Amino acid sequence: MSRMPSPVNVPELSKVDQDRVAQAGIDLAMKNRCGSYLQMDQDIVQAECSQQGIEVLSFKKAMEKYDGLKEYMWKAVSPDKDDITRYVAAQKDPKGYVIIAHKGSNNILPIQACLYLGREQIQHVHNIIVAEEGAELHIISGCTSGAHVGKGGAHYGISEFFVKKDAKISFTMIHNWSENIEVYPRSASIVEENGVFLSNYVCMQPVKKIQMYPTATLKGANSVARFSSVVISTPGSYMDLGSRAILEGKGASAELITRAITKGGTIISRGHINGKTAGTRGHLECKGLILNDGIIYAIPEIEGSVVGTELSHEAAVGKLARDEIEYLMSRGLDEDEATATIIRGFLDVKIAGLPEALQRQIDASIDVAEKAGF
Amino acid sequence: MLHIEDLHVKVGDKEVLHDINLHIEEGETHVLLGPNGSGKTTLLMSIMGFANYTITDGKIIFKGEDVTKIKAHERAKRGIGMLFQRPPTISGLKLGKMLNAISPGKKEMIPELAKSVNMDKFLDRDINKGFSGGEIKRSEVLQLMIQNPDFVMLDEPESGVDLENISLIGAAIGSLLEKDQHLIKRKKSGLVITHTGYILDYLDADKGHVMCDGEIKCHGNPREILKDIKQRGYKECLECRHQ
Repeated sequence: MSRMPSPVNVPELSKVDQDRVAQAGIDLAMKNRCGSYLQMDQDIVQAECSQQGIEVLSFKKAMEKYDGLKEYMWKAVSPDKDDITRYVAAQKDPKGYVIIAHKGSNNILPIQACLYLGREQIQHVHNIIVAEEGAELHIISGCTSGAHVGKGGAHYGISEFFVKKDAKISFTMIHNWSENIEVYPRSASIVEENGVFLSNYVCMQPVKKIQMYPTATLKGANSVARFSSVVISTPGSYMDLGSRAILEGKGASAELITRAITKGGTIISRGHINGKTAGTRGHLECKGLILNDGIIYAIPEIEGSVVGTELSHEAAVGKLARDEIEYLMSRGLDEDEATATIIRGFLDVKIAGLPEALQRQIDASIDVAEKAGF
Repeated sequence: MLHIEDLHVKVGDKEVLHDINLHIEEGETHVLLGPNGSGKTTLLMSIMGFANYTITDGKIIFKGEDVTKIKAHERAKRGIGMLFQRPPTISGLKLGKMLNAISPGKKEMIPELAKSVNMDKFLDRDINKGFSGGEIKRSEVLQLMIQNPDFVMLDEPESGVDLENISLIGAAIGSLLEKDQHLIKRKKSGLVITHTGYILDYLDADKGHVMCDGEIKCHGNPREILKDIKQRGYKECLECRHQ
């Protein structure tokens, strides 16, 4: 039997910061969550899960319990990949979370992971997420900083995902940083036979710099990866984003979808699908809207090396179409309402296989941006 | 309901409509005929208030108010509505979401109205994306049903539509124009562009006008004008006795 999850107790957070945490998709009341991990700077505030068969542990505790996590640690991401991975690998007291959905388990209500940057110059985490054979695991990761982080800071995050045979992981990450925060996630997933990995990324708020290029290696036959990214870049934000799928297993397939809007910031939207085996399929789609002068630089790459891999991409960058705005105006919406309605539609990417609660959370993040006038 | 006086309209640098005069009473439906490129759609877009259609002279009076200079959404709010011949596709925007946005306070009516024009399965589809000719027109009619305008402009409602759909669309448009009500009770007015005249079976139009080269050249009984056009083409129609 599952226990009721405990509410997250964060008395030191101001109301403003609690709202910022909520905007990142974190439910402090735990009404719609079955487990929670909360790390404030380098302090672990909570790591628990009430769902039978699923564990939420601090990295340290998981190391002790599971023999140093030898099976997983640095098996998807190389510690020598770059300066960020080397920095995290060199930590004597590694932080972060380990979530393991044991064989056959599943969670209807998602687990939330909140990484909050308040005082520290650098927050570092190393996360390992495992769905064992036949398990289904849904996670929402809300990453945010305090409203008054004056001096700025950086978040270094390593995430390694392991989707075993017939298992599924959905990982929805909502970023709600500030103008002076730099963010360097480094994540990779390994997906086995019939495994499904869904990665959803939403960033509607300002950030100084984000650089990430998560990779899914689809090793197993008929494994699936879907990446979706919905981002808005405000003036001063530099977002170097991408996703990569390596199709190794027979019948593996991947879909990479990005909706990018610049209001004056820079978005580099990378994408790479590598079809290495016959019978694999991949599609990459990037659509960008330039609302104010800024940069959207789409770099879609598809690479096939065998007969029988089918890969495609489409990329388009443009402005809002005048005829679409006037069409809605002829139905009674004023120009601002018509514009917002079209942008809302543009950002509305529905992810097949995502639980409704998580889709609602993504929609809520976009709603906040819409109410602020995009 | 609608009174147009000495209207001149430019699209880009070119004057497309010259000295248009038109008067449509409450409860009346008029038909606008004319060859391709004669300016019929331009007139409808100008009445709707689209920014690319610059009114250089003349007036559009709607329900006694000069609406010549107000924006499209204000005209829509005052009761002007339009069925587009080729509406744009809006990627990502679902038809249902759009109907919600344009109908505050009427959301509960959407499923039933959608069903009445066989569009209930399209509410989760991007507007006009991959829609057939008939589906586009049914979507347009549905939007107008939600809007419920007092003055309905219809730009070739039957083009690209099969016979079965014409019957459905015609009946819905007839209802929008209150054709199911007794003559003296009708308050809604309409202006319809048609080439084939099929839609007239459902509309019971009161007057017809023929437009050519940006001018209204002829007025009269719509069925008679259409018959003349079908028999002799536009050339003789433009020289007809109704001028």
